[in-house]
Amino acid sequence: MSDKKNWPLWEIFVRSKNGLEHRHFGSLHAADAEMALENARDVYTRRNEGVSIWVVESKNITASNPEHNGEMFEPAQDKVYRHPTFYDLPDEVKHM
Amino acid sequence: MSEEQIKNLEAQFEARIARDEKIEPKDWMPEKYRKTHIRQMSQHAHSEIVGMLPEGNWITRAPSLRRKVALLAKVQDEAGHGLYLYSACETLGISRDELYEQLHSGKAKYSSIFNYPTVTWADMGAVGWLVDGAAIINQVPLCNTSYGPYARAMVRVCKEESFHQRQGFEIMMKLANGTPEQKELAQDALNRWWWPSLMMLGPTDAESIHTEQSMKWKLKRKSNDDLRQQFIDQTVPQAELIGLTIPDPDLKWNDERQSYDFGAIDWDEFWQVVKGHGPMNKERMKARVGAWEEGEWVRDAAMAHAEKKQARKQKQAI
Repeated sequence: MSDKKNWPLWEIFVRSKNGLEHRHFGSLHAADAEMALENARDVYTRRNEGVSIWVVESKNITASNPEHNGEMFEPAQDKVYRHPTFYDLPDEVKHM
Repeated sequence: MSEEQIKNLEAQFEARIARDEKIEPKDWMPEKYRKTHIRQMSQHAHSEIVGMLPEGNWITRAPSLRRKVALLAKVQDEAGHGLYLYSACETLGISRDELYEQLHSGKAKYSSIFNYPTVTWADMGAVGWLVDGAAIINQVPLCNTSYGPYARAMVRVCKEESFHQRQGFEIMMKLANGTPEQKELAQDALNRWWWPSLMMLGPTDAESIHTEQSMKWKLKRKSNDDLRQQFIDQTVPQAELIGLTIPDPDLKWNDERQSYDFGAIDWDEFWQVVKGHGPMNKERMKARVGAWEEGEWVRDAAMAHAEKKQARKQKQAI
């Protein structure tokens, strides 16, 4: 294979309707952002799946490492006081 | 990592899958899991891409505009399915170029069914009805497979696939209810596509080398023979409904099993086609490699244009 540049990979996010957030739909290759948008329309919204598309070149995404999930997410597990059910209130208290 | 550590990680990994947890791209996974998934997902993607060729053959000759837009949309879906699957496969650390290279060099396989020719318009009906029908039976269980990106791609594929089968059946139904010549076309297509469709569900369980491991990883939920039986049981009444005859003299309802008994499959033919000696193997690869090579200048030009535009933008910013 030659050393010429291949089309980079893009991550595609689609808002399926107004009022909902953009959601990751998948990825595709394209020469630039404009082509990534056009290709995303054809690949991911052939049946009215979207009203708005974001494309981000995959290399620009920084992801957390699952091997560090412990230090990353476990500290939240023992903080039960962040949830309303932690607080004991009498049944008579309404609207709270 | 020591051997013991790897064993430990593998045990944890298998336990996660057994608990129905999904595996995501950056998670640790056994090398064999990665390789098996690259093999199966790329084979699946290649099948979608090569699968466009037998039907693309008939787009310009579709008998009406209604049939033409449907066939065009179906072939476009197949391109889309190939792309979902290739990008899901790339999350396992293989590049698109490597995947294409494996297809073009013959190192990677695609479904043997696409090595049969589509000689009449009725073949568009038979392919949609039988080939897509068999594909759906194969694919639905994969929506729950353990590898997240594959499962998500399959959910999209399955949602779109049911139109494919319905449009095929509609073509067959129309022909079967048409003139005697049209009915003959439909019957002839069924005769030619029936057995290859049964083979498409894979070798018998006794000969299937990957089944056991694949079941464990939920790459497979039912054995090839079970899927084949399911396909036969659901397809025979559909053929009866439109007055066509399944080309199998041994086909018979078995009251005890509540299932159809069927005749012997010619597995020699299957293995011949898998090994590259089917009627269209050479032709399909020639068309595929040709499209890739002849499109090279377009891909290069698009890349050069994108770089030029980018450079101009940066210059303006200064």
